[in-house]
Amino acid sequence: MAAPLTSTARRPGTGETRTRAVVPRKRRKLRTHLATTPWLFLLPALVITGLFIVYPFLNTAVLSFTDAKLIVGGKFTGFANFARMIDDPLFWTALRNCGLYVLGCVPPLVILPLLIAVLVHTTLPGITFFRAAFYTPVVASVVVAGLIWSWMLDTKGLVNSILQWLHLVTAPVPFLSDETLILISAMLLTIWKGLGYYMIVYLAALSTVPRELYEAAEIDGAGAVRRFLSVTVPHLRSTMVLVGAISAVSAFRVFTELYVLTGSNNSGGPGGADISMVMLIRSVGTGLDGQLGYGSALSLVLFVLTLGLLLVVLRLNRREDRI
Amino acid sequence: MTTYSRRRHSRSSLVLRYVLLLIVFAISVGPFVWQLSTSLKSLGEDIYSYPPSLLPHQPTLDNYKRVSDVIPVFGFALNSLIAASMSVVANCVGAAMAGYALARLRFRGRKLALLAIVAGLLVPLEAILISQLLLVRSLHLNNTLVGVILPGAVGALNVLLMRNAFLGFPHEVEEAALIDGANAWQRFFRIGLPSVKGTIAVVALFAFMGVWDDFLWPLVVLSDPGNYTLTVGLDYLHGTFAQDERLVAAGTIIAVAPLILLFVILQRFFFRGVGEGAVKG
Repeated sequence: MAAPLTSTARRPGTGETRTRAVVPRKRRKLRTHLATTPWLFLLPALVITGLFIVYPFLNTAVLSFTDAKLIVGGKFTGFANFARMIDDPLFWTALRNCGLYVLGCVPPLVILPLLIAVLVHTTLPGITFFRAAFYTPVVASVVVAGLIWSWMLDTKGLVNSILQWLHLVTAPVPFLSDETLILISAMLLTIWKGLGYYMIVYLAALSTVPRELYEAAEIDGAGAVRRFLSVTVPHLRSTMVLVGAISAVSAFRVFTELYVLTGSNNSGGPGGADISMVMLIRSVGTGLDGQLGYGSALSLVLFVLTLGLLLVVLRLNRREDRI
Repeated sequence: MTTYSRRRHSRSSLVLRYVLLLIVFAISVGPFVWQLSTSLKSLGEDIYSYPPSLLPHQPTLDNYKRVSDVIPVFGFALNSLIAASMSVVANCVGAAMAGYALARLRFRGRKLALLAIVAGLLVPLEAILISQLLLVRSLHLNNTLVGVILPGAVGALNVLLMRNAFLGFPHEVEEAALIDGANAWQRFFRIGLPSVKGTIAVVALFAFMGVWDDFLWPLVVLSDPGNYTLTVGLDYLHGTFAQDERLVAAGTIIAVAPLILLFVILQRFFFRGVGEGAVKG
């Protein structure tokens, strides 16, 4: 205790404080703002983030270890919710569907928009019109897109008409009543809606590829395909990983596509076979009979898996760097 | 956007390119056209005709009138418009202020504040859905449009976009104002904001589209059909009148037309937003 006391006692006598007292303002830098000003600027952002993201996140983590329901306050139950999850067939169905959804959506969403971007990365007449037109599905909400496609994919809808007209199928394809086909149809919807978005992402990256590289490749006799594979793709690899990461994370969180295509009155197709994690969370946790504890445990699992997925994709990128 | 392929286009490769463009065009725009066509077909016309006919024989707006009879579709549109506008104002103000502080003011805890906001980006909203709903209920904001927009009122990505924009303009101008005695707020309003107008437009646009197109959150927050936004209302329409394809088609066109119009007018900002958002997000 003695040492601090003496040091504080001594400090007023040292030059440091005296300088401050004697030369008050002149030597100090121009004051740009009051100490509280930055926090006033940040107030709305921090309040919203704290109240609607940080607090709910912590609350989710806490609730997942309780048996809380909407009507009765929960008590601590340890890992009971997670044990229940392991025995819950719907959880495994949802997890499998989300995994399939990622596998089904990510490769097309990494490759197709790149091909489209290369297609429109030119100065032909009318190209800005095409570029804008390809972006249109991004503007529509998933609900609108889902309703449009559920009409197109109806047994009497346009797609079946065309398929039958071309004699590709003899009977209408049950896109929206077969459990596997529902999943595939929803993936097609996600891909359709994502093409334009990732096309723009790729276009921004394509404009950074030096023209000289293409010219050199052409002098070496490389055809269009070869130029694409040995100049474009290596140059855009980090963008491709980025697109892979974004599309993987959002595919894992699929909700609206499956919700709309399975018909809004049920959750997840025949017998719940097409349920996703988010659909399960919603149906377990948000109704008037909401099981907050179990729903929160599912949410926590969703969070961990999403983060894990992101890390895996980014890690894959780093490993390729070393090779 | 100058590109390499301008010079040498053999005729066949040119034809091939346009054929491919037309195929992608048909895939991206075709479904909208088909929906529009369905919505304009009269009750007397067979919408299941085989082979399908793209043009309505006798185009009619009858379905639009019918859909507004069975659900208050324009009321839903108004709710969406109100909610989206509130979100635009909140995001522009909140994100611009926070972005300015993070980019132009030096203070203790700046890194921490930035970190807190970036960390917010890593939490998928679906994973905190239940707790957000509990919070909104305890604030008595469930079943209100304010409750719909509040969790996204100052989007973390928007704060980052604004911060990057504010980082981009030269210090000299601001220093001159500082010497003239302008305080932080005056510098923010007179120098900061006018130099980042483009980014504010991007933030406004994406805030608008975010609320207009959002579905899961309004679906769990809103319980009274009088407060439904368009997406929730459309889902209700589909659930109740699924068999009446013309009716659903008219509803979807009402929901999507304003955004397509907005996109046609403000195309540039849409593309810019995707470029910046994807790179930084």
